[in-house]
Amino acid sequence: MVSLRLPETPVMPSARFPAPMETNQPKTAVPPAATNKSAGTPGAPIIDIENLDFYYGQNRALDGITLQIQEKKVTAFIGPSGCGKSTLLRCLNRMNDLIDDTRIGRGTVRIHQVDIYQPDVDVIELRKRVGMVFQKSNPFPKSIYENITYGLRIAGVNNRSQLGEVVERSLRGAALWDEVKDRLHDSGLGLSGGQQQRLCIARAIAVEPEIILMDEPCSALDPIATAKVEELIHELKRKYTIVIVTHNMQQAARVSDRTAFFYLGKLIEYDATRTIFMNPANPQTEAYVAGRFG
Amino acid sequence: MKRFFDAELETFRSQLILMGETAIEQVRGAMKALVESDPKLADRVIADDNRLDKLEVEIDDEAVRYMNLRAPIASDLRLVIVGMKASHDLERVGDEATSIAKRAIRLSAEPPLKPYIDLPAMATMAMEMLRDALDCFLQVDEAKAIAICKRDADVDKLNRQLYRELTSFMVEKPETISRAIELMFISKSVERIADHATNIAEEMIYLSHGKDVRHSDEVKKVPGS
Repeated sequence: MVSLRLPETPVMPSARFPAPMETNQPKTAVPPAATNKSAGTPGAPIIDIENLDFYYGQNRALDGITLQIQEKKVTAFIGPSGCGKSTLLRCLNRMNDLIDDTRIGRGTVRIHQVDIYQPDVDVIELRKRVGMVFQKSNPFPKSIYENITYGLRIAGVNNRSQLGEVVERSLRGAALWDEVKDRLHDSGLGLSGGQQQRLCIARAIAVEPEIILMDEPCSALDPIATAKVEELIHELKRKYTIVIVTHNMQQAARVSDRTAFFYLGKLIEYDATRTIFMNPANPQTEAYVAGRFG
Repeated sequence: MKRFFDAELETFRSQLILMGETAIEQVRGAMKALVESDPKLADRVIADDNRLDKLEVEIDDEAVRYMNLRAPIASDLRLVIVGMKASHDLERVGDEATSIAKRAIRLSAEPPLKPYIDLPAMATMAMEMLRDALDCFLQVDEAKAIAICKRDADVDKLNRQLYRELTSFMVEKPETISRAIELMFISKSVERIADHATNIAEEMIYLSHGKDVRHSDEVKKVPGS
């Protein structure tokens, strides 16, 4: 496993991806949605975080976080810089494992009732099922086609027809197909910022995740590209559970169904987005959303 | 570029138009109950006022929700603000219709003072003003909206004329006082309905042009009226 120290706002290291881990030990897979009683039910809890503490060295970045993420809803994490929202996001697919000297202090993160921090959880499979899109779009230095098929090829899928279908499905799902269908073999790096971000989303959905994590996906985009990604999020939630970290409160208000407000590593308030922005229970929440914080 | 929440504004606009149609129906029903001496119809108008009350609350709630979650600006913001104001005017129109209906019930117990001609004519003018103001929600015509404001003078004139006539009735025939007073109040209600139509017309001008014409010379009534 490659050890990397990720900056506060992580940028995915480019170009070097581990092959699926060879091991003699059987892995525990997070059970597929089909075996779960609440499978496919919008609003049912899919991620259950209970009393979670997380440490960077001796520094406790998350303090007793308890919340449930609802299936096929968009949940926004908001809060000032350093409050722990990106850290919590990365806990949901164990991306923090890639950072030196980090640990879960106590608590659990369960997806479909399976604790994902059990030692024998298949982390690669987890990250397939819980995909991630980052603040700075990071298409591979490959063609658009190869960006989408990379994950499938690693998994051993080589049938050209099957790959072609997945490419079209994923690019349509990311609202990018019409813009790139005639240049699939052009480099992904030649796309505009907004298109690159949608390519990253297409790449994530190609491996058929259930959950998509988005860490400030629009902060590097212009208003029109941002609007396109927001429209895409609105469409994607029909099929996927989405958790989004954003500094843009109006964006959180527009796209999310539920919003969690964090401060200094603690969850201050978590409720329907309408309630958080119209009538929050906590004065700190009101001060933050009204722009009077600090 | 169409946004996924644009449909919410269209629904908001539709709710306002529905409220307007409902208000006009209430006025029409109340006047019919008066002219035809139909207390049962009057009872229905009174009972149906809660539809307008409910719509006012729903529209205001949606306006606040939209402002909080969508942060509208420019014409979208003006639509939401105008919607809140118009819903209040329409709710008051409903209250005036209810008041007319209640008086119609009382008047139905006695023969009419005289055939109802002026009051229905006044009510028709007020309803047409309201209809024209609501049409501006679909397509704003600034000249038409300003004309609505000026037509209010005609309704005011009729109201004053009716007041004089009814006063004469009361002086000449004291036994008609109770009926005459009811009719004066009804005339006042119709005059208020026309005022609310004027308010909505001014709000439509603000919606389409961002121009606040309230209390301006543009919409002032004809002098001496």
